[in-house]
Amino acid sequence: MEMVRNIPFFSIMLAMFSGPVCSVLPGKVARKVNAAVITVVMIMSAVLLRYLVINGESFVYMMGHFPAPWGNEIRAGVLEAGMAMFFCIIMLLSVSGGIKKLYDEVVESKHNLYYVLVGLMLSSLLALVYTNDLFTAYVFVEINTISACGLIMIRENGRTIEAAVRYMIMSLIGSAMILLGICVLYDITGHLLMSNIKESVEVLVSGGRYPEPLLCVVALMSVGLAIKCALFPFHAWLPDAYGYSTVSSAAILSSLVSKGYIFLLIKIIYRVIGFDIYRNSGVIDVLFIFGLAGMIFGSVSAIRENDIRRMIAYSSVAQIGYIFMGIGMGTQFGMVAAIFHMLSHASTKSLLFISAIGLTDVSDGSRKFGPLTGSGYRNRIAGIAFAVGALSMVGVPLFSGFISKLLFAEAAVNLTGRMLPVLIVLGISTILNAIYFMKTVIRIYTPVDDSPYPHVHMRQVPLYAAVLVVFVILNVTLGVMSDFITGLISTGLEMFS
Amino acid sequence: MSRRKTDEEYSKTRAYKFFRWLKGQTDYTPDETVMDMDLMIPISDATDTVERMKDRQLNIDSVYDENSNKMLRFFAVLYRVVAVMFCIVLAALLVYNVSYLPPVGDPDRPTSNEVPARYIEKGIEETGAVNIVTGMILDYRAFDTFGESNVLFVATITVLVLLRLNKKNERNSESDDAADDHIYEPGDDLILQTVAKFLVPIIMVFGIYVILNGHLSPGGGFSGGAIIGAGLILYLNAFGFEKTERFFTEKTYKWISFFALTTYCLCKAYSFFCGANHLDSHIPLGTPGAILSSGLILILNICVGLVVACTMYTFYVMFRKGDF
Repeated sequence: MEMVRNIPFFSIMLAMFSGPVCSVLPGKVARKVNAAVITVVMIMSAVLLRYLVINGESFVYMMGHFPAPWGNEIRAGVLEAGMAMFFCIIMLLSVSGGIKKLYDEVVESKHNLYYVLVGLMLSSLLALVYTNDLFTAYVFVEINTISACGLIMIRENGRTIEAAVRYMIMSLIGSAMILLGICVLYDITGHLLMSNIKESVEVLVSGGRYPEPLLCVVALMSVGLAIKCALFPFHAWLPDAYGYSTVSSAAILSSLVSKGYIFLLIKIIYRVIGFDIYRNSGVIDVLFIFGLAGMIFGSVSAIRENDIRRMIAYSSVAQIGYIFMGIGMGTQFGMVAAIFHMLSHASTKSLLFISAIGLTDVSDGSRKFGPLTGSGYRNRIAGIAFAVGALSMVGVPLFSGFISKLLFAEAAVNLTGRMLPVLIVLGISTILNAIYFMKTVIRIYTPVDDSPYPHVHMRQVPLYAAVLVVFVILNVTLGVMSDFITGLISTGLEMFS
Repeated sequence: MSRRKTDEEYSKTRAYKFFRWLKGQTDYTPDETVMDMDLMIPISDATDTVERMKDRQLNIDSVYDENSNKMLRFFAVLYRVVAVMFCIVLAALLVYNVSYLPPVGDPDRPTSNEVPARYIEKGIEETGAVNIVTGMILDYRAFDTFGESNVLFVATITVLVLLRLNKKNERNSESDDAADDHIYEPGDDLILQTVAKFLVPIIMVFGIYVILNGHLSPGGGFSGGAIIGAGLILYLNAFGFEKTERFFTEKTYKWISFFALTTYCLCKAYSFFCGANHLDSHIPLGTPGAILSSGLILILNICVGLVVACTMYTFYVMFRKGDF
């Protein structure tokens, strides 16, 4: 076997290994170890992606001496490798961009614990991406949940602890639903390995056996994962968790954690239940409707906010709604659009969070719009980056958000029966997005004559500025090279089934 | 953008009177006297913003006070009723769903397929562990168990993040320290100490036995670790932090869990790598039933046991005092 096929295994193990190692190191060294691990995993994933694109087929990797239904197994295809690489890039940028704020907000003796949490979070994301076994997925969902709680509350003030408690309760309900779903599914199929379950489910459906438990499984898993990634009616935990935690955590949570769960859901749809069976189950319509509702209500809540961080957080609700709308369309086009929007949202939302912190820092730490007036002039690089993120979210050409809106619209046109609601809600949501993002951009570029706040030049914050520049480049790359990327996504989806 | 009116101008408009009427301060008739002077917001006194804020807060409090807001009380009750109803309906649906599942103990269940068959028939031969459950969790599906021990590890880390006191800020001097210890330490309880003197060694030895015999008899790292953790907690309760600090501090915790997880990670990484690349791992399985048998399982059991024991003890200490 070629060495390159060991990469998924090495990346998961390396990320998991970095957790205990960081726990015994002092904070500064732990930071370097963590950054090195993320970089190495990123490069390895890129190599794997290249190999898979050239080779043109996915492979499974046996974890141990025993073949699949007995032992554990992981699987790598184009989509998995691409996601792993993308997650690493965003993680590295989010942690580096918020590092200064982290040192201000977290006591020094707990710095290394932050990197433990980040390392384990990365390992769980990688495992969710690569896993081919439902129970392994559940174990890593648990790691993901607990480390996300830690990331939220490491700032240790009242609001973050309250937010973490809320997050934990909601998220554990979601975990419990997923676990129940796995139990029932195991009971009716007798397998935990994804490909075996799929075969059994096909036999069950064609034989007309156990239709009620199967529907129950689909509903439990979809709703459980929807709670965990804050689909519209379950988003109550989101604004506090994203709005008050330290900025790296907010960026990681909004752009990676929810995406990991959505990726798992897509994996379950394609590789466990089967796309056609899932489409005929009726649960997909529920996801579709809640996705549409989330697009509107998330934006409306964002318009009502007077706090920039909470506004960005509410915007996440709307964007998650877009993704679920894409999944709910029930077509290949819709799925490609949803996955592209996952990438687009992940890169844009972390950019917005990180640039917003630069703006609030030059406004006496206040997150209200009043003091933020003119902050785009006081910290130019953060202002430009925020404007780019806002334009991308609204859907201006050249940026990634435009492509995802275009893909959603194209997918809707191919759809019989659901075209009109999708197009109408897409239009309304775009206008609502424009209202609150353009309001913010105009606000930060309204000149004030005698501002009491200091100016920050980008030479004073080189790392932060570099991170923002890379984010902007990433965003434009996604927007400009969209044909190539959607091509990769379609290839990956074909490998799934 | 329209110019904002000053308060004096605003007080002359109809909107101002309408909103005051809405709040129940005056009748909605021009030039009417103010009914309730106490509730009147001092709008004319624009400099006194603090008063305004206070007033605003009072208003908010009265709006969110269940005693004065009937609507809110109604919704609070409605919320509870609907929540309970929802839970009952959900539970009923799940129970109803269970009635469709294959009956327990039926030999034709879908779960009785080739997977458990191989575990039972070839388990001893392939893993060398007489206890098939241990063979399953630490050899066939060792990756899941590694994830599970990392769940424990990350849970301890999260508890440390939340509960560990930040020394510089919150604890100033040694006298504070002593006062703290006095509050959190148990009194010198003679009965407890005498019992603990007998029990703790037995519990420890039993825990070690359960861990070391994990591959031979029921038990293993998770249960044995829990027993050792319980023994440590009992010892702490009887003799206090002063005695436990001699052998168990935060450093001990850190290094033990680092050592255990690293060993687990390296051992399993080696074995996974060999397995996946179809190489011979050269790990002897030994004679099934002997204490030194079943390859890596014994080492992994010890690692899991250490992690579990440390996790339990650390949880207790963190919730009790917030510091080792």
